Amino acid sequence: MAIDSTRPAAAVEDPLVIAGETFHNRLLLGTGGFTRLDALAEAIAASGTELVTVALRRVDPDSRGSVIDVVDGAGVRLLPNTAGCYTSRDAVVTARLAREAFQTDWVKLEVIGDDRTLLPDAPQLLEAAETLVAEGFVVLPYTNDDPILARRLQDLGCVAVMPLGSPIGSGMGIRNPYNLAIMRDRVDVPLILDAGVGTASDAALAMELGCDGVLCASAIARAEDPLAMARAVSVAVDAGRLARRAGRIPRRLHAEASTPDTGLADLGSVGDDRR
Amino acid sequence: MIVELNGRRTEVPEAATVETVVSGLDVDLGRRGVAVAVDAEVVPRSEWRRRRLRDGAHVEVLTAMQGG
Repeated sequence: MAIDSTRPAAAVEDPLVIAGETFHNRLLLGTGGFTRLDALAEAIAASGTELVTVALRRVDPDSRGSVIDVVDGAGVRLLPNTAGCYTSRDAVVTARLAREAFQTDWVKLEVIGDDRTLLPDAPQLLEAAETLVAEGFVVLPYTNDDPILARRLQDLGCVAVMPLGSPIGSGMGIRNPYNLAIMRDRVDVPLILDAGVGTASDAALAMELGCDGVLCASAIARAEDPLAMARAVSVAVDAGRLARRAGRIPRRLHAEASTPDTGLADLGSVGDDRR
Repeated sequence: MIVELNGRRTEVPEAATVETVVSGLDVDLGRRGVAVAVDAEVVPRSEWRRRRLRDGAHVEVLTAMQGG
């Protein structure tokens, strides 16, 4: 099957729907790690993404150009995050600031436990999610690969759950695929792998395990050729989705012949002990 | 009086408003993507002009940056 480089076949009749919004591409692009705005613009185009994250930071009067202009120019939707927040309180205030700055209720909620692991702080995350949902935010939380925590976030009213495969920026891929599979079974809202992708095959595996989408930042931004990696991850997301829907064969310890024995010639040398 | 503006002690006029200090940062007031918190509370853009700052206020002026 030929893959259309502008609109992958998987997307045409199989859109991703988050909180009633339809996306024809299942790759979310994190803008972290892009030092040049023109490189970011190229990666957005090459990935085909329709949803990109941005962070909120202090205004720098010396900076030239804005990530907002790149996002607006590309015609993609913006998803503000609360990156860098260690407490529920800071995350909630940051989300409110993002709503004011970008006129969107959508927020990718991140509340991390420490700067060495960047792993989510579960109690703080739940507290912030509950507050933000009550304030009318559309909350997409970055979370651990913990099926119960994912379920709790869904029950609080989060519109999607974004588990990590491994720590942010580690490129270690999916360390516990069984937890993602269990999570898929236990959570009804969209499941979007949010961290750990190192290369295209990690994204494909996430989709094969039942994720509805993949968010990728470092793996693309810090690749030797970000543009090529953006294409590679995008195609991998579609391949993984197609494979998931196609239904893989079960794993077996022993072989199962794909060529039938019926009609096999008796040439005299195969003994019974080989059967 | 002195306010703490994006982490820096900054001298501002006694009657300074949020708009006064935002303008001082060379921010294009018309553009999307800027938000202000005073003492960890969001000040909506519609209130920038009339919201007076108190001495010692913590003012954060934030905008979009690559991240996530």
